[in-house]
This record gives sequence, structure tokens and C-alpha cells, in this order.
Amino acid sequence: MGPSGCGKTTLIRCINRMHELIPDARVSGKIFLDHEDIYATDPIIVRRQIGMVFQKPNPFPTMSIHDNVIAGYNLNGIPLTKDEKKKIAEESLRKAALWEEVKESLHRKGTFLSGGQQQRLCIARALAMGPAVLLLDEPTSALDPKATSHIEELIVQLKDTVSIILVTHNMAQAARVSDFAAFVYLGELVEFGPSGRMFTAPKDKRTEAYLTGKFG
Amino acid sequence: MKEPSIRRRILYDKFFKMIIVLLTFCSILPMFFILFFITSKGISVINWRFLTHLPKPVGEMGGGISNAIIGTLMLIGISTVFSVPVGILAGIFLSENRKGKLASLTRLCVETLQGIPSIVIGIIAYIWLVITMGSFSALSGGVALGLMMLPVIITATEETLKLIPESLREASLALGVSYPRTILKVILPAGVSGIVTGILLSIARVAGETAPLLFTAFGSPYMNLNVLKPVNSLPLMIFNYATSPYPEWHTLAWGASFILIVLVLGLNLFTKGVTRRWKVQF
Amino acid sequence: MNHSRAEVLVLGTKTETMRWHKPALSESSFRRILSITGAFVLLLLLAIFFSLVIASFPAIRNFGVRFLFSATWDPVRSEFGTFPFLVGTLATSFLALLISVVFSIPISIFVGEYSAQGSTPAFIKSMIELLAGVPSVIYGFCGLFLLAPLVRTLEVRLGVAPYGVGIFTASLVLSIMIIPYSASIGREVISLVPSDLKEAALSLGATRFEVIRKVILPYAGSGIVAGILLSLGRALGETMAVTMVIGNSNFIPKGIFSPANTLASVVANEFTEATGSLYLASLIELGLVLFIVTTLINLIGKLIIRRMGVGE
Repeated sequence: MGPSGCGKTTLIRCINRMHELIPDARVSGKIFLDHEDIYATDPIIVRRQIGMVFQKPNPFPTMSIHDNVIAGYNLNGIPLTKDEKKKIAEESLRKAALWEEVKESLHRKGTFLSGGQQQRLCIARALAMGPAVLLLDEPTSALDPKATSHIEELIVQLKDTVSIILVTHNMAQAARVSDFAAFVYLGELVEFGPSGRMFTAPKDKRTEAYLTGKFG
Repeated sequence: MKEPSIRRRILYDKFFKMIIVLLTFCSILPMFFILFFITSKGISVINWRFLTHLPKPVGEMGGGISNAIIGTLMLIGISTVFSVPVGILAGIFLSENRKGKLASLTRLCVETLQGIPSIVIGIIAYIWLVITMGSFSALSGGVALGLMMLPVIITATEETLKLIPESLREASLALGVSYPRTILKVILPAGVSGIVTGILLSIARVAGETAPLLFTAFGSPYMNLNVLKPVNSLPLMIFNYATSPYPEWHTLAWGASFILIVLVLGLNLFTKGVTRRWKVQF
Repeated sequence: MNHSRAEVLVLGTKTETMRWHKPALSESSFRRILSITGAFVLLLLLAIFFSLVIASFPAIRNFGVRFLFSATWDPVRSEFGTFPFLVGTLATSFLALLISVVFSIPISIFVGEYSAQGSTPAFIKSMIELLAGVPSVIYGFCGLFLLAPLVRTLEVRLGVAPYGVGIFTASLVLSIMIIPYSASIGREVISLVPSDLKEAALSLGATRFEVIRKVILPYAGSGIVAGILLSLGRALGETMAVTMVIGNSNFIPKGIFSPANTLASVVANEFTEATGSLYLASLIELGLVLFIVTTLINLIGKLIIRRMGVGE
């Protein structure tokens, strides 16, 4: 968490190496996933193990809901039988709490869904790849409060299946759903610790100032 | 004392607007004249025989434009084969490299290519193909038309792909999809309507071209399906018949003009109407 | 494709690291292919230019600058001077430009300012676009059979030689053909004039006419000029319609109703009958001149437009 422009999105994009899309981007340091240095691996493989959901829902507009969910397999040219695809799609949509709402319209394009539903579709799409970690970059800032609370419930459920790294500028949201919290300010990781302690007894003065609303 | 001045200004204003409206509507009159005359003179010539028979020598009645129709289709086919793959790839190159020296230079070249007069393109195709092959041919005509289609397709592809939001690319890359696959399987399909529009519009443009074919495809009174031999085309035939001294040939030229204008304008209208429906919503 | 499938059904916080194969085409190879296509376009243009230069070399070497100023075009004696064609080209193009501007600027003002929304401007825009889509040979055909007789009647009434074809007819046909080019660019620059400038003038009590004359046209002026330049470039290179109505005479035209030839029309008329390498090289050199002149004019026009920030 942190105020706008503090660098949290940049940080999270370093984790699945999406920052490399920007020319002249540099990074130093190491990030390990299961004891493997992700900067020593092919970024494509990293991204298959670390999924990402973006601020604005971005389902593929030319594909049906079903094809959107298994897009990771189709686009990568990984052969699966029709049944396997259906199975993965259903499992992922169930995990994203979207299955009941779309099970009758899997062949339709996803653009008729509401913002919250589209975001859950994107979560299902990321989950279908079986990632070890799921990165959520301000996933609810483009959504209305009802959709936001749906997604927050979903995040709490998903914690059992994937490790989730959530970026948010809404500290109440951070307090609601997280087990650990990191406060980033002006490009610096100021403090990191269990949420229980962070939100009640922060160690750093800047964290305390942010939490009490002195800036942000 | 201010009164007449204001009244005069208002008068000028009204007068000006009248002139503007008048001139505007006058300028679209030629379109109606052309359509009217071609239809009225050409439509009576159209019948099944006209469309399926070969032209006859002067003096003999009947005769048709079948070889011109086939020739036009052949030339369009060849030019499309040459220009579409290169054009789309170059368009992708330009949209993926907004800055960069090679991209800027290429963009300049595309603009220059677009402005080259069609007869100069014909000269080039003559130098490159007709001289080397030793004869006129459909191939050289097709290449000339392809050269004319190329810049239109490149520009249409570039402009279409530039409009596709970055979020689509990010969604694909975040799934671990490689860059080439992202471009070819996600970005390109999303831009298909704009690219197809560009291709269809460039076909409409070259279907009516005569100058580049004057000394490449050259024309022929026979039906020819051999790419290495001369071939007739609708505009070529219209030119030859219209400038001939034989009234029977003039009549045939009106008929051919009707077919050509239906083809070209039809393609234009079709492109506008239908491809809008294929447009992808983001 | 060889790959080992991981346990695809997803569970747990860790999955087996998925050793899927790398894609067949790597990013750098793909980027290289794209760059090669870009370079190909560049080479294409250079090849066009140099082919023209090399093929016209016999004529360049033989005539030099005299080529442009001599008035004798005599294939029999292998004397090739292109001055008559330069006159024909410039005369038809500039006359056509003058006539077309009378219509294209009003169109730009009408669709850009007076009636910018709704079905009327959409209709007019479509009509103008269709005008641009009509093939050149059809313009020539209609010009020859519909316009030329009218011009002939006019010439009879004026007491000039009643050719019917000639510079005047060609300019008329050409002017209709180039209207769309300056009209569409003019419309764009006019519609880009910021509304707060217009509103400021209107709130001071100016009439629409005065706003157009004193605010819009000065602001959009260079863009309109650029559009006119572009239509000039088009006019210079136009071949078929002009060839069919210009009368095909290789002498310097005496007046506006004289037959003539343009650079493009003489190439169209004589290329297939050119015997002898000097004849052909001279015709190709005409193509080279056309190439250089139209390229320069088009690039200048596009540069001005880009400076004005017009884009789609």
C-alpha cells in the first residue's frame, strides 16, 4: 500500500518482469520464487508462474468467455483436449466466483459483463494457468463498491490456493484482506510486517502518518 | 449611424453563407452527372453475352468484355499477393516502433511511395519486369498495382494497430505469451477490421487504374490466364475503346464503364458499411 | 511440439514449475523480421529512384539541361526537348487548381464550420469521397464525350478553333478530380480551430462571416494551403483523364483552348511506340522529372500539415 505515485505499481511489475516492456527500464537486486532467481529465468516462464490482474479489467475482446479463461493455453500453443479445456475453464471460473453467473453464456464474448464480472473473468484467466503467485494491481479502483466487496471476498477465499500480492492505495482494503502489509512511500519500502501489527502499531513514523491520514 | 453598418454586415453574412452552400452543392453535381450518364448509356449494353464473350474485331456486332473482367480479377489477385503480407508486416513494424530512425525513415518512404504518379509506377514495372522478361505480362501489371497498394495497406495497418489499447498487450504478456504470439494472435486480430478496410480500399483504387498497365499488362483481345502473358483489364479496355474512332466500341466502353464504376463504388460503400460492424469494441 | 505437461489442475500455493517449451519464434527474431520489412520499403523507394535515374541516363547525358528548355520534341530526328510538356503540365495543373479551390474551400468551410454534425455533412463527405474514388479513365471518358462537345460549342461561339479538347477541357476535368484532396484537408484544419477563439469573436458581436474571415481562415490558413499543395501534387501526376482530353499535341500550346500534352500524357501516348533507346530514355526521364516534382510538393504539403498537428 501507499499513496499514488509512490512506486508500488512499479514494484509489483518487477515481480513478473512486466516493467521490461518499457524501454530503458533498469532493475537491480534479486527476486526468488521457490529458490529460483526469476531474473535468471526466461521472463515468459516467470509470467506463467506469476499471474497478474490489472487495474482496468482487460478481457480479450475477440474471444468468448470460455476462450478468455483458457487464453493462456491457447495463445501459448499448448495442446489440450476440448474436455480438458472445459474442465479448466469451469474450475477457474468457480474459483473466481463467476461460474454461476456465466455458465450459460460461455460462448459469448465477455464485453457484456459488468466491470466487476469482467475483473473476475480476468482473475479466472490468471488462475487457469495455475500460478504460484497472483499479482493484483489495484484491482478494484475501477469498480463500484458492491463489485469491490465481491472481489475482496474473493481475495480472502483465494488466499488458500495462491499467494497473493495486492497493490492498493485504499488502506482500509489492505487492512481488510491482507495477512502481511508493506508500506511504500516515495519509491522506498518503508515498513513490512504482519497486518495485525502494521495497522495498529506501525514502527515507522511515516507509516503512522499515512495510516492516520496525514497524507495520501 | 451604427444601424446601417450592422445591417450591411448581416447582409454580407447571409450572402456569404448562401454562396458557400451554393458552391458546396454545385461541387457534388459532377458525381450525379457521371453516374447518370454512365448508367443511362451503359446499362442497355449489359447482358449475359456482354459479360461472358470475348471482344470482337471492328465491324462485327456483339462482343463482350469477358477477358477484361477476368484480367482485372487476375491483376487484383497478383497485386494483393504481393502487397498484403509485406504491407501488414511493415505496418506492424511501424506501429511497434513509434520512434527510431529506421521507423521514421520508413514512414517517410511510405508517404513518398503513396504520392508517386501511377504512370511512373508503370515505368518502374516496365524497367524491372517487362525488359527483363522480354514481354508484357500480367505479372508486371500486378506488381505495378501492388506497388500502388502497398503504402495504403501499410498506413491502414499502422493506424489501426496504434489505436489498440496497451492493456490488451499487457493482458497477453502477463499470461506468459511471447511477444510474436501476442502481436500475431492478440493484437492483429483485434485490428482486423481496420486492416481489411485498408486492403479493400486499396483494391478499389487499383481496380480502376489504367496508366500503370499501359505498358505492363498492355491489354489483349484474347482471354489469357497465363501470368506471363499480356492481359486485358476493364480500365484498359475502356481507354482503348473510348479513344477509338468506332461508335460500336464506344457503346461497349460505356457498358464496361458501368461495370467498373459499380465495382469500384460498390467496394467503397461496402467497406464503409460492413467493416464497421467487424470493429472490435474495447 | 515437445513439451512436458505440468499438473494442470491448479491447487496449492506452489505448482510444479512448468517447463513448457520456448516459443518457436523468439522475440528478437521476430523484431528482426519486422525491421527487415521496414528496410525493404526503404530499399524499394531507393530502387525506384535509382532505376529511373539509370534508365534515363542516356537522355541525361545527351541533352543535359537543354532537355527542359528545348521546345522540339522530334522522335524522328532524335531531338527531345520537353518545354512544351512543362507548359502543358503547369498550365493544366494551375488552372485546375484555381478552379478547384473555388469549390473546395467552400466545401471545407461548409462541412468544417457551418454544418459540422448531422446527416448533411456526412452526405457531402461521402459524395466527395466517392468523387475521389471514380477511376481516372472514367473521368476521361465522360470528359471526352460529355464535356468536350460543350467546350466545342463554346469555342465556336468564341471564334476559336473548335477542337473541343485542349488545355481548357483538361483543366476542367482535372479540377473536379482534385477537389476531394484539398476539401478533406481543409475541412479537417477548419474543424480543428479551437472553439474558444471562435466564441470570443462571436461574443464581441462578430457575424459568422466575420469570424470565418478573421479568425478561422487565418488560423487554418497554412493547413488549407497544404491541402491545396497536395491536390497540386495529384494534378501534376494525373495521367489518363488528361491524356484523353488534352488533344495530344507536342507543340507549345498557344492559348487556353489549344491542344497540348503534359509530362504524363506524352509518356502514356508514346511509350509503347518508342523505338530507339534515346527515345525511351527521354520518356523515362520525363518520369523522373514527374517523380521528383510530385515528391517534393507532397512532402512539403505533408510537412505543413504535420506542423499543424492534424491527424486522425
